[in-house]
Amino acid sequence: MLAVQVEKKLGDFSLDILFASEGGATVLFGPSGTGKTSIINMIAGLLTPDRGRIVIDDEVLFDDAKGIDVPARRRHVGYVFQEGRLFPHFSVKRNLDYGRWMSGHAADPAATAKVVELLDIGHLLERRPRKLSGGERQRVAVGRALLMKPRLLLLDEPLASLDAGRKADILPYLERLRDEAKVPIIYVSHDAAEVKRIATRVVRLDGGKVTATGGAELLSA
Amino acid sequence: MLHLSPQEWIAVQLSLRIAVVATVVALPFGVAIAWLLARKKFWGKSLLDALVHLPLVLPPVVTGYLLLITLGRRAPVGAWLADHLGIVFSFRWTGAALACGVMAFPLLVRPIRLSIEAIDRRLEDAASTLGANGFWSFTTVTLPLALPGIIAGVMLGFAKALGEFGATITFVSNIPGETQTISAAIYTLTQVPDGDRAALQLVVVSIVISVAALVASEWLSRRAAARLHGE
Repeated sequence: MLAVQVEKKLGDFSLDILFASEGGATVLFGPSGTGKTSIINMIAGLLTPDRGRIVIDDEVLFDDAKGIDVPARRRHVGYVFQEGRLFPHFSVKRNLDYGRWMSGHAADPAATAKVVELLDIGHLLERRPRKLSGGERQRVAVGRALLMKPRLLLLDEPLASLDAGRKADILPYLERLRDEAKVPIIYVSHDAAEVKRIATRVVRLDGGKVTATGGAELLSA
Repeated sequence: MLHLSPQEWIAVQLSLRIAVVATVVALPFGVAIAWLLARKKFWGKSLLDALVHLPLVLPPVVTGYLLLITLGRRAPVGAWLADHLGIVFSFRWTGAALACGVMAFPLLVRPIRLSIEAIDRRLEDAASTLGANGFWSFTTVTLPLALPGIIAGVMLGFAKALGEFGATITFVSNIPGETQTISAAIYTLTQVPDGDRAALQLVVVSIVISVAALVASEWLSRRAAARLHGE
């Protein structure tokens, strides 16, 4: 349901990536600085590949041969950024509603309640992002991406900026996310321990290329 | 105690009206150009930047003269505007507002541009992944976050428009009740034998308004920044 074939020159090295995902949580695993964030930026539409093809659910989002490049705002791909990137001038509640607000859809209190419960952020709704801890911020960021009802969820090293204790706190939420949210996940990470519990599938990256694909056993290699 | 003659009160009211109109009309252009300069790359960008800052560097009288030869009643653009749209600037308060707006423009644009540049573009990226197009991203993310800078720009521009003298007097002359602003009135009074006392009173009024504008600007700016970040 997600097929990615992209090439992109990035400074000193080039990306030449081919992988597909059929659902669950696909982890893009590799050392830092190997262009993993660039790959999901290309899936989200924030970065344009030099060449390639990106298809989600039979919709072509990018195809340089045919001149197709769907803008980010129309891709319906949720993105949880490494730093959260919550809007500082909006409350948590308004941050959560932002995606729905932009899409013009009617309020869905049931869906909102479910996501709020899943991520345990109900007591934070009236707060501003400034007043949240790192872990709380990331959970709200996940909630915000989920509530736009995306067909794919991208997470860019969401735990990277947290200390070990916070990471351990959030991992259960991410597991629940994988199991209950019914949306395919692409999870970028360089930390094997972190993704062992989450990954249903692993795509190993090195030197700008896919070096292996398989299950969680690839994380120990 | 202040005891202003009718002519002096008119000068004060006229100044305020002209400064408000100049600032309000200049604002949308100021925001648009500040955004262009902050966010976009295009051919002629340096030229636009220079043009925007020109009134800051040119002698005000020169700016006034340039306005006169382009927008005066018999000048090319001025004649067209008068004949087709009924807009006349010569010897009218509208001309004074235009001159003040032009002189205030660089002071309006600069803080707004800096404010927009300081906004993390990645927030705008996040907004676009959430479905916001350029317009919505601008109005819901960029504009609110740029508000402190906009307030500062508006106040600076207003203060400048209030005190503008050289360009105004060159473009639309010094007509009591129509184009004689506070500055022009003070100048006229200093040229007249017994005008000193009246001039001093207007000077006091001018200082009070300017200080009030500065204080209001600081307070509004800080309140906006605090509200923005949820204090």
